[in-house]
Amino acid sequence: MDGVPTPLRCFSERHPAEMFADDGVDSVTSVEQRAVLRCLFVHFLLHSTLLREQHYQYLKKGLRHLSDAYECLDASRPWLCFWILHSLELLEEPIPTAVASDVCQFLARCQSPTGGFAGGPGQHAHLAPTYAAVNALCIIGTEEAYNVINREKLLDFLWSVKQPDGSFVMHVGGEVDVRSAYCAASVASLTNILTPKLFEDTTNWILSCQNWEGGLSGVPGLEAHGGYTFCGTAALVILGKEHMLDLKALLRWVVSRQMRFEGGFQGRCNKLVDGCYSFWQAGLLPLLHRALFKEGESELSRQRWMFEQQALQEYILLCCQNPAGGLLDKPGKSRDFYHTCYCLSGLSIAQHFGNMDLHHEMILGKEENRLVRLQCMHLH
Amino acid sequence: MSGVEETLNESVDIKEDKEFDVEAEDHIGDDYFVDPTRYLFYRDRKEWADLEPVPQDDGPNPVVKIAYSEKFSDVYDYFRALLKNDERSDRAFALTAEAIELNAANYTVWHYRRVLLQALSKDLREEMRYITAIIEEQPKNYQVWHHRRMVVEWLNDPSEELEFIADILSQDAKNYHAWQHRQWVIQEYKLWDNELKFVENLLEDDVRNNSAWNQRHFVISHTTGFSDPAIVEREIQYCLSQIRKAPHNESAWNYLKGMLQDRGLSSPPGLLERVLELKETHCSPYLLAFLFDCYEDALENSNQKENVGEEERKDILRKALEICDLLANEKDTIRKEYWLFLGRSLENKSGSRGPSDKPPEPSDPASGQQEMS
Repeated sequence: MDGVPTPLRCFSERHPAEMFADDGVDSVTSVEQRAVLRCLFVHFLLHSTLLREQHYQYLKKGLRHLSDAYECLDASRPWLCFWILHSLELLEEPIPTAVASDVCQFLARCQSPTGGFAGGPGQHAHLAPTYAAVNALCIIGTEEAYNVINREKLLDFLWSVKQPDGSFVMHVGGEVDVRSAYCAASVASLTNILTPKLFEDTTNWILSCQNWEGGLSGVPGLEAHGGYTFCGTAALVILGKEHMLDLKALLRWVVSRQMRFEGGFQGRCNKLVDGCYSFWQAGLLPLLHRALFKEGESELSRQRWMFEQQALQEYILLCCQNPAGGLLDKPGKSRDFYHTCYCLSGLSIAQHFGNMDLHHEMILGKEENRLVRLQCMHLH
Repeated sequence: MSGVEETLNESVDIKEDKEFDVEAEDHIGDDYFVDPTRYLFYRDRKEWADLEPVPQDDGPNPVVKIAYSEKFSDVYDYFRALLKNDERSDRAFALTAEAIELNAANYTVWHYRRVLLQALSKDLREEMRYITAIIEEQPKNYQVWHHRRMVVEWLNDPSEELEFIADILSQDAKNYHAWQHRQWVIQEYKLWDNELKFVENLLEDDVRNNSAWNQRHFVISHTTGFSDPAIVEREIQYCLSQIRKAPHNESAWNYLKGMLQDRGLSSPPGLLERVLELKETHCSPYLLAFLFDCYEDALENSNQKENVGEEERKDILRKALEICDLLANEKDTIRKEYWLFLGRSLENKSGSRGPSDKPPEPSDPASGQQEMS
């Protein structure tokens, strides 16, 4: 950033004024919000260095061994592979060949004989671990990795979870929500098995998830939510139908999710900040930038995304790092690989603006804080 | 997947950095007689001796290898054995409960339990009691709610649902799964009658509860709808009254806009005036944004109306741009980039050239492959 360190936003004179205005009316929402802010104030006194080495050690270890605290993720082990590999990729840490091969062989054991991937060997196929496994294999990117995927059976699996109304259940006999459309579209596109017939009516179903708030909900009727909004929007981008959303309403909703004091994003209106939304929410801005551009919008910035990039970097670096490695939701919470992945992903987005032709960096703190630039849609 | 928000991550509460490990069994050698309430691994149970446990096939060089407790491995070794044989028995049914307790997110186990519920014609009322208890313990898990929905469907009896969900919401008024289940029950079984009252009570408790505002929209759009001007007026009054009490409550402002946006914000007569009045005493970034939206809507509609003169249009545009500036530079600086964009965009659409903070750049969509990767 030209050598002169940018003063931290959280030290500016105006910053305290951004603390929550509760109008003298207490409610559960405002009480919880105030508690977070009190906690954060202390953290804004720290320095903004990405603890690369610590995160690397945490990730390297986790890729091999996890404590019994992870029993609750025993049906999500491909996710653990994805979160860790993607984090390593962002940190530009190479994956040793032997490890990469071991991951391939493990994911092969997670593949169901009827197609798709399961949360662990011997479990039933499910769209979420399918997404995680396919994306993890794409990060590895070797021939061995690509050969793991049985594409024909994967297509069978996708058909088996497709519903008449255009939606997908997450697994046979399972629940419907917009995540499934994204998981299905992502893997179909990556493995080149995507056909219009497979996603017939899916576009309309996803569109019906955009609500009065401008964001998208998990299923039609519910509250707009960052995770679901990302899934729905990204799915439509893959299907080439993102222009059918009310992009202006969506844009207003997502920019409103950035917290004026914390700098990070909340998942829903009037809820608390959480590091993982650094990706699910902020990640929408590059998608919307491109979508608006394709719709002929001429006034888009050529330097910045439409969110406060510096503020988000500050939140992640100052509030979301565990000194022993790993990243987290907010101060006081435990580290985990999910938050490590999405905090780092959000950090990358906040650092890099651009497309194929343009690239504008905005690195908070040292140059060494720089992460690899994400490719929007497929995260890698 | 761990879920989305509470669902993407909070359903998984990883406490990795435990302060101390609790020893499971302290009484080695103490008891001469075997305590019948003491936990026995399945591998040591006589009634299971006929079944060969199936260890997990992680391969020779495992990755993301979890250090399962002995109890966990034992239960799941036997679960895998049952699954392999497709055993449909009461002992299998009982074991699914243990497997669930160890990892309630294992959807394969839940699926199997449902197969057994049907194959063994189990008492679904009892299953309702079971799932009620599990949800109370783990309300942020996808599988438990899906399971409850299946049982309710099989019983075709939603009679306990609204009260149950109300109880869960009393512990966490924004639980996304709970609201999802509630909307499903209401829609499926047409239980609309008391829902608006329920919503109003929740908003009394916490006027900032966005889930409750959403439910308000849900109920009204599926019952009376928002076309009736009397309904719209009632809702506007409700919003403004909540805004007067807590002006910085974004939910109320979003609801006001969300309700009106399809018909146009400038359509309810006198609304703009009422908001301008509020601006004097109850201003907020949300009020200002709402004003901007009103002005933008007026400009858009003035294209069709002939009685809006050029002077008036210019005046509305000026006011709108003023608000953008105010928000970008003073009142809502976290969204500065956005407000600047909106200002430029509005100016551009309205055809006037005003000062902007960036040098005018030729926007040339034809220059090379402008792809956002």
